[in-house]
Amino acid sequence: MTTLDIRGLRLRLPGAARPVLDGVDLSVDASETVALVGESGSGKSLTSRTVLRLLPKGAATEGRVEVAGDDVLTMNAKQLRKLRTQTAAMVFQDPRAAINPLRRIGDFLTESARLNKLMTAAEADTRAVELLDAVGLSADLMRRYPGQLSGGMLQRVMIAAALMGDPRLLLADEPTTALDVTSQAEVVTLLADLRERFGTGLLFVTHDLGLAAAISDRVYVMYAGRIVETGPSESIFARPRHPYTRALLASTPSLDTPQGRLTAIDGQPPDLRQELHGCPFAPRCPLATEVCTTEAPQSTSAPGEPAHTAACHHADRLAREAADV
Amino acid sequence: MSDLLLDVSGLSRTFGDVHAVDDVSFTLAEGGSLGIVGESGSGKTTTARIIVGLDRADAGTVRVHGAEQTGTARGRAARLARARRIQMVFQDPYLSLDPRTSVHDVLRETLRLHFPGTDHAARIRELLDQVGLGTRAADARPRELSGGQRQRVAIARALAVEPAILVLDEAVAALDVSVQAQILNLLADIREQTRVGYLFITHDLGVVRCVTDDVIVMRRGRIVESGATARVLEAPEHPYTQLLLASVPRPGWDPRAIGAARRALAEAESAGAEAGGAKRPAAV
Amino acid sequence: MTMTLVRRPGLAKVRTKRAPLYVASLVFAGVVVLLALLAPWIQPYDPNIADLGNALAPPSGDHLFGVDAAGRDTFSRLVAGARTSLLGPLGVVVFSTVLGAAVGVAAGWRGGWLDSVLSRGSELTLAFPGLLLAILIVSVYGEGLLAPVVALSVAYFPYVSRLTRSLVLAERARPYVAAYQVQGHSGLQICVRHVVPNIAPVVLAQSTVNFGYALIDLAGLSFLGLGVPALTPDWGRMVFDGKSAIQSGYPLSAIIPCLAIVLTVVAFNVVGERWADKVAGRTR
Repeated sequence: MTTLDIRGLRLRLPGAARPVLDGVDLSVDASETVALVGESGSGKSLTSRTVLRLLPKGAATEGRVEVAGDDVLTMNAKQLRKLRTQTAAMVFQDPRAAINPLRRIGDFLTESARLNKLMTAAEADTRAVELLDAVGLSADLMRRYPGQLSGGMLQRVMIAAALMGDPRLLLADEPTTALDVTSQAEVVTLLADLRERFGTGLLFVTHDLGLAAAISDRVYVMYAGRIVETGPSESIFARPRHPYTRALLASTPSLDTPQGRLTAIDGQPPDLRQELHGCPFAPRCPLATEVCTTEAPQSTSAPGEPAHTAACHHADRLAREAADV
Repeated sequence: MSDLLLDVSGLSRTFGDVHAVDDVSFTLAEGGSLGIVGESGSGKTTTARIIVGLDRADAGTVRVHGAEQTGTARGRAARLARARRIQMVFQDPYLSLDPRTSVHDVLRETLRLHFPGTDHAARIRELLDQVGLGTRAADARPRELSGGQRQRVAIARALAVEPAILVLDEAVAALDVSVQAQILNLLADIREQTRVGYLFITHDLGVVRCVTDDVIVMRRGRIVESGATARVLEAPEHPYTQLLLASVPRPGWDPRAIGAARRALAEAESAGAEAGGAKRPAAV
Repeated sequence: MTMTLVRRPGLAKVRTKRAPLYVASLVFAGVVVLLALLAPWIQPYDPNIADLGNALAPPSGDHLFGVDAAGRDTFSRLVAGARTSLLGPLGVVVFSTVLGAAVGVAAGWRGGWLDSVLSRGSELTLAFPGLLLAILIVSVYGEGLLAPVVALSVAYFPYVSRLTRSLVLAERARPYVAAYQVQGHSGLQICVRHVVPNIAPVVLAQSTVNFGYALIDLAGLSFLGLGVPALTPDWGRMVFDGKSAIQSGYPLSAIIPCLAIVLTVVAFNVVGERWADKVAGRTR
């Protein structure tokens, strides 16, 4: 069962010369963890926000974004409210910025359920205590204020709040970036547990390739508003078919690669004010040929691996090179 | 002693009841690169701020080439001398430049202060070239530049003073990986060319492995482990270092085990504290 | 950055996001200033020549806004009065801004005991009603523009100094200031070259709003017969002179200067608020 299904999503913003999101196809199944990886400006956060129709001013969309079978882009206000309070939920990067410091944790957790009359105040309290327990926090936190909690604890509160409406889909936008590495592991464990217990589909937006590889079933790599490569995590990291993915892996300082100079990607991602012809990565790509600058590459599957696709004219050449090394 | 570039000994700083920095000592050899690793609250940033003179220590000394850095530099000569010894690159390239000052003016201001009466135009071109910025960037204001470009400006500004030591406080943490790699390579090149010593403050063990010779691991204001970077990362001795290493996500990673190890460490510490084995409570 | 201008309850509502009102206000304020500057060439009659035979004449081609009870041309007095009516608030704004900014920067930058002394000092002034202070000073020193201007400057400067202090505190916490300190720049240099220019737009917006308030207060003083000497053309004085004519069924010579005061105050208020909003929008 597909929890989230995005087809041909295109999003234009006033003042941008090209679509900020350009033909994004993405799906998340129930109980599946999917990572959406990209650098700043790639459109990864915008994609996850579009799922809740949290769009910037003046945005024009094309395509379909279906959550549990309903198209988000054509919903009326009432349906949208239901989507945001019950069907899907979002966990943000900075828990401190997303929580009112003057309200108690209990108020914060139960507010949406009470205001939307999903349950009585007593039921909401019971549910909130249950969820706090599920995220490994004690019930007496209900009466505390956000300022009294550490960043890691607060992020767990955010996750508990996101689960109040029993969502089918959880969108996590860099949920561990503001946390220390050791708390990151705890938050990730928590998300994995919840997925097993509640069957929630999880879209994990991150810039961290290592983290994406470690936690997800499938990965989407985004560049300049397009999905450039997608597939099962292991095969993407073992055999990248897009030069951008390969370059990202090579430029990440990790504990396993040989020490010494990193292979940096020269140049900058394309500016939103300029139109794109051909492949968006061509100006920074070592494999680029003439066809790359004139013709936008279509997604093609890897031989024998239909789920692993890349939008690159030279995907097969890249795979051969990787095999030779 | 004379080949020691930086000699920090017995540094302590408390804020209220919190020992932000507690008896921290380390040395940095001429042209060396030392990483200080830790999580938030480990005291690594406070240590850096004391070393550059943005904060004062309650106890301990900081010597550069054997000369003591005074807590607060009084007078112009002392200020300039300190600046020539140690410079700093800050974490957030969006906030560490005055939004109103162009790249050219940032550099000229520094050169005027430290090298009055020399040819600044040529030196500015040289600095921009050294950090891989074209002369076209010279007229730009910070908001017209990308994060990576701004960080290059910040590095050029620090290099303009020709310091003996460059403190890099999470200097690549706010950058995208592809840009981060460019900056890390740039820093490696600069070290080769100028023999400036690096003090690299970071939470990222991958970065430490990439740019440092030696590393110290800090936790709650104290150094828990130190040594050659390769040795510490391959055969960590302290359980906390082991936990930090295990926490770096990679394929086949087991977050559950990390959580368990983290709790075990906290429990062992509180047990140790009760038994009187530790000097202070493991609270917070 | 959070930024709160000091506003008076009624006037705080007179602000707009709509461009036409802002443009109209800007144009109106500009016209008033031009009238004041060019008054000697614009006024059709000498504002002090009394033509008693023509007293209380209604508006006509010869006398655009009619003639007051003493036979003076209202339009000429209005134009000539713009000078005194704007010069006073200008003096108040200049004095209070310079004094307030200096005190605010010193308190915010240095902190510690200086901050306590300066902040308590300006709060003390704040507790004393400005108008009362002005009346006190005028009754001691007699007529003249200088005494009320000085009095109101003293009454207004705490508003500027408080705002400046909070802005300096926020600006000081930004890493670019630390970067300049590490570079060896003195506190004074950083303040003058970087901090002050960065906070200036907000302070100037507050001063523009203050201009309107000072205009009301000074007009009020003139109306009470304090401040400007009896014969000097001044809007507040004109309202006072015109009020007896209201009883004779001729309200025009009181209403016109009233309108001038209200419209000018509103215009400066709208422009000031708009500037403040613009600055607030620019800082992210």
